[in-house]
Amino acid sequence: MSANNTVADSSAGTAGSGGSTVGTVEGVSPYDVDNPAPVIEPPRKRTAKTPKSTRGNFEMAAWLFMRLSGVVLVVLVIGHLLIQLVLDGGVSKIGFAFVAGRWASPFWQVWDLLMLWLAMLHGANGLRTIINDYAERPNTRLWLKGLLYTATVFTILLGSLVIFTFDPNIR
Amino acid sequence: MPAGTLYRGREGMWSWVAHRVTGVLIFFFLFVHVLDTALVRVSPEAYDDVVATYKTPVVALLEYGLVAAILFHALNGLRVIAVDFWSKGPRYQKQMLWGAVGVWIVLMVGALYPVLGHAVRDVFGS
Repeated sequence: MSANNTVADSSAGTAGSGGSTVGTVEGVSPYDVDNPAPVIEPPRKRTAKTPKSTRGNFEMAAWLFMRLSGVVLVVLVIGHLLIQLVLDGGVSKIGFAFVAGRWASPFWQVWDLLMLWLAMLHGANGLRTIINDYAERPNTRLWLKGLLYTATVFTILLGSLVIFTFDPNIR
Repeated sequence: MPAGTLYRGREGMWSWVAHRVTGVLIFFFLFVHVLDTALVRVSPEAYDDVVATYKTPVVALLEYGLVAAILFHALNGLRVIAVDFWSKGPRYQKQMLWGAVGVWIVLMVGALYPVLGHAVRDVFGS
């Protein structure tokens, strides 16, 4: 008790007398190699006891996927529109024979397969974002996303199956 | 419903709204389109029957709408990428939107005859 009083009195005394020890804002630092500043623990420092994040970087990966797939889809989809709706008579020429002619080439099979997968995943992720934004009740979100993922997986599988098993001599 | 669905208005918000609306429309068409294409695994007749509806004048108008939605989504999507990855993107987001709309109008005028020409001939003869 008496020791504490002594310390307080002495520091007050130095401050009052215009000295420059601990507490000075301007001027030279009161700390040096022999008298280092106290280490302050970062408030959210990760330690061995900190639980590992279970979320990973999924949202960032999804964000990046939207941009990368978007650029590729611009080329694939606009090319698709040109072929199907603009060139060579537009929509009028489309029929089974036209599809058979195009899917005879592996190039257009890969084009259509890539377009199917990227467009479905791009659209599914977009709708997932919209559900996250507007559906507020946990049950509603669960059911809407369940429906979305079911429809997406079904459509991707169906489309892939059709491209891989296409038979021009079906009849 | 979420309270207050109006954000800040103006180009930034409305292009975002249009991006969402066109995205949803395109995605729903994609489901239909994969299903109709899957008919090539049923029979050539089943496929040709369904594709015949795509050649009617009313559906040609819907196709023109689909082209409009896809082109806007594509051009505005490129703008979003520029806003995200180009250091000056956020500063020029407004100018880029009007640039995208300008290109969109030119392309839509260009698509008028190829997409709707056959429908006009169907309705008005010759």
